[in-house]
Amino acid sequence: MANNNSIKTKLIYTFIAWTISGLIFFPILWTLITSFKTEAEAISASPSLFMFDWTLENYEDVLARSPYFNHFWNSIVISIGSSILGLLIAIPAAWSMAFVQTKRTKNLLMWMLSTKMLPPVGVLIPIYLLFRDFGLLDTKVGLVIVMTLINLPIMVWMLYTYFREIPNEVLEAARMDGASIGEEILYVLLPIALPGIASTLLLNVILAWNEAFWTLILTAANAAPLTAFIASYSSPEGLFYAKLSAASAMAIVPILILGWFSQKQLVRGLSFGAVK
Amino acid sequence: MGSIHLKQVTKDFGDVSVIKPIDLEIKDGEFIVFVGPSGCGKSTLLRMIAGLEDTTSGTIEIDGQDATTTPPAKRGLAMVFQSYALYPHMSVRNNIAFPLKRAKINDDIIEEKIASVAKTLNLTDYLDRKPGQLSGGQRQRVAIGRAIVRQPSAFLFDEPLSNLDASLRVNMRLEISELHKSLNTTMVYVTHDQVEAMTMADRIAVFNGGIIEQVGSPLELYNNPANRFVAGFIGSPKINFIDIEPSTIDGTCSLGIRPEHIEISTTGGQWAGKIGVIEHLGSETFLHVHVDGHDTFTVKTSGDCPFKYGDEIYLSPQKNKLLHFDATGKTLPNIA
Amino acid sequence: MATTNSRALARLMLVPSVVLLLAWMLVPLCMTLYFSFLDYNLLSPGTEEFIGFMNYEFFLTDPAFFESFFNTLLLVGGVLLITLGGGIGLAILLDQAIWGRNYVRIMVLAPFFVMPTVSALVWKNMLMNPVNGLFAHFANWLGMTPIDFFAQIPLLSIIVIVSWQWLPFAALILLTAIQSLDREQLEAADLDGAGPFSKFYYIVLPHLSRAITAVILIETIFLLSIFAEILVTTSGGPGYASTNITYLIYTQSLLQFDVGGGSAGGIVAVIIANIVAIFLMRLIGKNLED
Repeated sequence: MANNNSIKTKLIYTFIAWTISGLIFFPILWTLITSFKTEAEAISASPSLFMFDWTLENYEDVLARSPYFNHFWNSIVISIGSSILGLLIAIPAAWSMAFVQTKRTKNLLMWMLSTKMLPPVGVLIPIYLLFRDFGLLDTKVGLVIVMTLINLPIMVWMLYTYFREIPNEVLEAARMDGASIGEEILYVLLPIALPGIASTLLLNVILAWNEAFWTLILTAANAAPLTAFIASYSSPEGLFYAKLSAASAMAIVPILILGWFSQKQLVRGLSFGAVK
Repeated sequence: MGSIHLKQVTKDFGDVSVIKPIDLEIKDGEFIVFVGPSGCGKSTLLRMIAGLEDTTSGTIEIDGQDATTTPPAKRGLAMVFQSYALYPHMSVRNNIAFPLKRAKINDDIIEEKIASVAKTLNLTDYLDRKPGQLSGGQRQRVAIGRAIVRQPSAFLFDEPLSNLDASLRVNMRLEISELHKSLNTTMVYVTHDQVEAMTMADRIAVFNGGIIEQVGSPLELYNNPANRFVAGFIGSPKINFIDIEPSTIDGTCSLGIRPEHIEISTTGGQWAGKIGVIEHLGSETFLHVHVDGHDTFTVKTSGDCPFKYGDEIYLSPQKNKLLHFDATGKTLPNIA
Repeated sequence: MATTNSRALARLMLVPSVVLLLAWMLVPLCMTLYFSFLDYNLLSPGTEEFIGFMNYEFFLTDPAFFESFFNTLLLVGGVLLITLGGGIGLAILLDQAIWGRNYVRIMVLAPFFVMPTVSALVWKNMLMNPVNGLFAHFANWLGMTPIDFFAQIPLLSIIVIVSWQWLPFAALILLTAIQSLDREQLEAADLDGAGPFSKFYYIVLPHLSRAITAVILIETIFLLSIFAEILVTTSGGPGYASTNITYLIYTQSLLQFDVGGGSAGGIVAVIIANIVAIFLMRLIGKNLED
């Protein structure tokens, strides 16, 4: 009896969960499907989910119209470059805050996080002017710098929470065993913290990949990553649904796959260690 | 060589003074145990000897050299931590090899040393495992192996057995004592467990509130504690204290008598009492006796104890074993 | 816990991060502050002159400011409300025994990885378009008049889009928090005769408080500076109906080239963010650290 009942409940919950998650996922699914339709079918008043003539012509059109791979490459360089550069700066800081705590450590962390609160518009004009004067407008280097800086607080904080979980005694043991501070970090801390470092890197790649304020404002043709590439579809090409869908799919699929593979690691980092 | 000489060593954390000036000479080859309640400064002092904590004032000499500000890596000491502090990402082999690699020792020699250490500690079959795949006792042995492989001038142990279960603890105690006998290297061992201190030490330093109350061999501390604190800390079950009217002759304010130095009689004695809880250990029995006008006394008697809960009995101390303390807790000579 | 040696080194290792962040924060901020007192238009360079608080006066008395200020609050508040409410519901649902939980979780999580420009475009054109959008088709099929989302309810439409992007984040974090709830607590509550509502209110919700705080904090950081979604969908219109502070300043400084006015707006935005930040920091200071 009880067993029957619990299967019934499970069935109901499963149904609700699949329905809701299906609705949430629908816009993405719809985009993916539409990208394989012809323009006529894409705007049809009685749209079909699967029963249409699948075509790749939209992808060909998108590739022909704009240098997708340039934008793709820019996105890769900017997101991965800024994440790695950020790690190099953040790891020493996180080490020092996690293992050599002082009274100021907590305040320092709070201050770093508070720089995230600084609205980008507050510094928009100076950054724009500085970039113009230093010739950094529309360059990958410029964007790598900006992405590194805006994500640095998050990286420090994430690494800090991961490092905090490593028992101090293990590092002290290394010190007793004759390791210099450099060796201690290289041979002991980093290997132990590797999963945490990897998820920090990952989250920042995703954040930088999707960042759409500075990337839109500071780039034109040369260094524009996929966010800017896709923004150019806002009008009037936006009315060509199939092409828009194909371009969208090409912009999001790489990061979607990366995110799905790493969802477990992402949770902790995203919540700044508040949730394990 | 491994003598450690502490001269007027102190440690402050901010305004809190954790170690009041301490002088202590640890001789080469000696097994000395720092014992005391938690927060007494024993672990802090050990970490200062290791170089993991700064010394606020005073000097620490290792083998006659001033090492007060020498970084831990250069002191030639090895430490075994409470949590073992093994490198979780390295195999047992690499854990043990780590200090040797840092010392840039030739690979062949490293292999040889690992093999011999592994043999000593029965770790040969586990060399390629990660610490996570080992039991508590095995991890402890790896930690010890990592310490002995580099032949340090002294070993520092920071409560190494407190994470092990009771039976394993007894075994490891023996193994460490055995190791000390065979290596003949100085060992400084911190524990809060007076049984460990009594069974392993050549000398015991009893810590309390940042100072050393007494240093001496286990039996010295047991028989002639310098004060009430040491008397209360050493010995199991705990000594019984009796507060008395201050004596006009020598100023005795309280007496101490160990549970094993009390005679029981059903007919008469110094104190009349009623038996409360009885703990049977088989070989011996602990009686908790409620004595009129005093606290509960613990009395140790033979295993075949005929009494039961609620029995009225009389207790008398063995006069020559009575300890006399003055108002400050200092031990007075027994004039009886 | 450490020695003089390591403390000195630790300070050294903090230097790059601190200096960079300080520079990133202070240099442009000071410049913004300076510009905000100038009559400075990019179209007529070389004619800058000091005009005191004029820019602030213009900015703060501009009706557009109030409208976009309230829009900002509505946007942040609305999205927080939807994502937290929906997130808790989803988290509880996904915590139940269901078939294919991994697939469900992947689908729920997906919108978080979609870049703002893409999600805005997809929603704008393919779903919310009044003629060819899916919602319009659906309305027609039901025999109703399709809503012209971005003309009739622009801000609400943007709230919906942004909520869709952030719901996965809230749900995932809350789900993880729920899963760490000690099941014995719930069993004890069962034995004590607690119903589902009181179990939720007295056990689940308090357990989630840390996670909820984290969600509020992080979402607020990002929501205060929503930009791309507005740029791509409504461009702030009609009128200022969907302009938030960020977008207002953007139009003023980079579209109208009024650096002085934009800078004054930037400073106002910083002050607003600081008020929010102080409030939030108090919250997490208590709730996040142990």
